[in-house]
Amino acid sequence: MTMKSFALAAVATVLVVGAAEARDQIRVVGSSTVYPFTTTVAEQFGKGGKFKTPIVESTGTGGGFKLFCAGVGEGHPDVTNASRAINKNEFADCTKNGVKMTEVKVGFDGIVFSNAKSGPTVNITKGHIWLGLAKEVPVGGKMVANPYKTWADVDKSLPNAKIEVLGPPPTSGTRDSFVELVLQEGCAEIPAAKELGMAGAKCAAMREDGSWIDAGENDNLIVQKLIANPAAFGVFGYSFLDQNSDKIKGANIEGVIPTFENIQTGKYKVARPLFIYVKNNHVGSIPGIKEFVTEYTSEKSWGKDGYLGVKGLVPLPDADRKKGAQGAQSMTEFTM
Amino acid sequence: MNSALPAAVAKGPDLSKARIKRRYATEARFRLYGLGAITFAIVFLVILLGTIISNGYSAFVATTIALDVNLDKAAIDPDGTKNPETIAQADFRGVVRTSIRSLFPEGTERSQERVLFGIFSEGAQYDVQKRVVNNPQLIGTTQRFWVKAAPDIDMLRKGYLVAADDGTARVNLTQEGFYKRLEKDGRVRTEFNTTFFTAADSREPEQAGVLGAMVGTFMTLGVCLLLVLPIGIAAAIYLEEFAPKNRWTDLIEVNINNLAAVPSIVFGLLGLAVLLNWFGMPRSAPLAGGVVLALLVLPTIIIAGRSALKAVPPSIREAALGVGASHLQTVGHHVLPLAMPGILTGTIIGMAHALGESAPLLMIGMVAFVVDTPTSLTDASTVLPVQIFLWADAPERAFVERTSAAIMVLLVFLILMNLVAILLRRKFERRW
Repeated sequence: MTMKSFALAAVATVLVVGAAEARDQIRVVGSSTVYPFTTTVAEQFGKGGKFKTPIVESTGTGGGFKLFCAGVGEGHPDVTNASRAINKNEFADCTKNGVKMTEVKVGFDGIVFSNAKSGPTVNITKGHIWLGLAKEVPVGGKMVANPYKTWADVDKSLPNAKIEVLGPPPTSGTRDSFVELVLQEGCAEIPAAKELGMAGAKCAAMREDGSWIDAGENDNLIVQKLIANPAAFGVFGYSFLDQNSDKIKGANIEGVIPTFENIQTGKYKVARPLFIYVKNNHVGSIPGIKEFVTEYTSEKSWGKDGYLGVKGLVPLPDADRKKGAQGAQSMTEFTM
Repeated sequence: MNSALPAAVAKGPDLSKARIKRRYATEARFRLYGLGAITFAIVFLVILLGTIISNGYSAFVATTIALDVNLDKAAIDPDGTKNPETIAQADFRGVVRTSIRSLFPEGTERSQERVLFGIFSEGAQYDVQKRVVNNPQLIGTTQRFWVKAAPDIDMLRKGYLVAADDGTARVNLTQEGFYKRLEKDGRVRTEFNTTFFTAADSREPEQAGVLGAMVGTFMTLGVCLLLVLPIGIAAAIYLEEFAPKNRWTDLIEVNINNLAAVPSIVFGLLGLAVLLNWFGMPRSAPLAGGVVLALLVLPTIIIAGRSALKAVPPSIREAALGVGASHLQTVGHHVLPLAMPGILTGTIIGMAHALGESAPLLMIGMVAFVVDTPTSLTDASTVLPVQIFLWADAPERAFVERTSAAIMVLLVFLILMNLVAILLRRKFERRW
C-alpha cells in the first residue's frame, strides 16, 4: 500500500516540478575545442558576482548548432561554441526557426604535428605529411596504394622511422581542420598529384593500413602515447603542446615551429579560427548575455596578455580584436 | 551369451592405473586453468588500481604558501563603511600583489614580477576577499593567509615537473629560485586538499573539486531510487505473483530482458525526446537525469525482483493461503518480506550501475561545466563519471592527478554501495 502511494507521489513530483521557472543563467553548448576557453570566461564572469556562472556544455560543433538553431526561447541555448564557421544548412535551419545571431571570432587554435622530446627533430612539409598519410599517392605517373613504410621513404631528409601517426577520429573538428589545412594543401604542393587531377576533397582520403591511428577524442591520451613511443607522431591542438612542452615538441612545418608568436602572427599556417555564436533574440530576456560577450571580448580575456592566452588560445591580431569587439558588443546581426 | 554386450561393458570398468592417472591429470589441468584465469584478472585489477592510485593520491594534498597580507584600509574600504558589498568590490588582486612583492623586499624587476606572481594561484584574491567580507574587523591589520600555489608550482613540488631554462619547461629557473627561497623561509607547506571536497568544477585545477559532482550524483541517484524502487517492486510482484501466464506476459518478459541489454545512450535519446521536449523538464538537471537513469536500471531491478520472489518456497504461499489469507495478504505479509533482501541487493547493484553511467546524460545536457554546487533538483548539475570524463580531456597537467583522484572517489562510492548490498544479504537472508 505505502509503496503505491510512494510511487504516485514520486510521479506527481516529477510532473509538477517539470514546469520550469524562468531561466536566469546563460547556457552555452557546442565545440569541445572551444569549451576550455568559454568555460574560463564563464568562470571569470561568474566571479564578477553580478550574474550566475553560465553553464557550458560540451556537445561538439555540429551538435551545438543543432541545439542553438532549434528555436528561440528559454528552452534553447543562448550561445554556441564552434571550431569552424557556421555552414549554409545550419544557417538555413537557424533562419527557419527565427534565430538571429552574432558571430564572434574569438581567436586561433594551432594544430601541431609533434613527437616526444627524445625523438628526432624534423623539418617537414605539408607535402611530406600528405605523401606519408594519403591512401593513394602518385608513383610513376599513376595513383597507387601508399607504398611508403618509413618517413625516409617519403623524403631522404626525414628520419628513418616507421610512419606512425596518432590523431583524432573523423568525428572531430580537429581532424577536419587537419585534413583541410595539411593534407589537402600538401596534396596541392606535389606536382605529380596535380597532374593526375588530385585536388581538394579527392586528397582527403587517409591510409587505413595502420600508419594513421585514430586515437580517440582525448588529446591527453595521444600525448601519453607519444611519450611512450618516441618514433610516433601525433596531431592535436596547440594548447596540449603548450601544457606538455617539457615532454613533447612540435615539428617544423614548412620551416616554421608552432609557437604562440608564430601562430598569432600567422607565420605558422596550420591554425584555424574559433568562434562563438550568440543569439540576439535572447538579449533582454536572459540576463547577462551582453555582459558575457563583453567579458569574452575584453582585452583582459582575449587580449595579448589575457587569461585566455594562458589557457592556450592564440589571440587575433590587434586590429581584428578591436573590430571584433565592437561588432560583438553591438550585437551586429550575422548574415550569410 | 555375452556377445550381445558392448566390448567396454563386457570388459568391466577400466580401473587401470593409466586411466586413473589421466583422470587426475585432467582435473589438475582444469584447476590450473581456473587459477590462471583468476590470476590474470587479479593482475589486471592490481595494475588498473595501481595506476589510478599512484596517479591520483597526490591530488589529495596541495601546496600552500604563507602570505602576510596587509589588509590596507585605504585599498579595501577607504570610507570605513564595513558594508560587505563595498568590500567585495575592492581591488583584492592589487592587495595580494602588493603582499607578494613585499616578500622580496630587495625589489624585483618588472619583467620578473610576472614570474613571481605566477607562483601563486589566481584564486588567492578570492580567498582573501571571502575572509575579509566575512570579518570586516580584519581591515587595517596584517593577516597570514595560507594561499594555494599555482598549479605549475604544485606540480614542481610533487615532482611531476622539472624546472629548466630551455624555453620549453613550464617552470623556469628564476621562478624555481623564488619558490626555493620561500621554501627555505618556511613559507611553503603541503596540506590536505580540502578544496577538492568543498569546491565544484573550475578551469583552474587548484580551485577545482568534486563537491558539485557529488551533490549532483546524490540528487540524480535519489530521483532514480524514488522511481525505481516502487515501480520495480510493483512490476516484479505483479508479473511474478498475479499475472496470468499467457502470450502477453511472455511478450512483456522478453521485452524487459531485451531492455536490460539496450545500449545506455538510447535511454538518453529517449530522455531528450520525451522528458525535455515533451514534458519540458529543465536541461542538465538531476531531475531529468534521475528519470533517465531510472528507465535504464528498471529492467535490471524487475529481473532481480522476480528472481528474489521466485526463490521464496511455494510452501510459504500455500501455508498462508491455507490459513485463509487473501492472495494480496500472502504476498504482502509473507512473500515480499522474505524476498526483500534479494530485491534490495538487486536495487543497490542497479544503482551502482547507474552511478557509473555518463553516456545517457550527454543527451540531456549533463556533460557540462557547472561551477555552482546544485541546490535543487532543477539546478544545472553534473555527476561524478561526467566530471571524470571532462577532466580527462583538460589540457592542464594538474588535471591528470585530479582525474585519477575523482576516479578513486567514484570507486569508494561503488565499494560502499556493494558493501551495503552484501551486508543486507548477510543480515536478512533466509535459507530453507
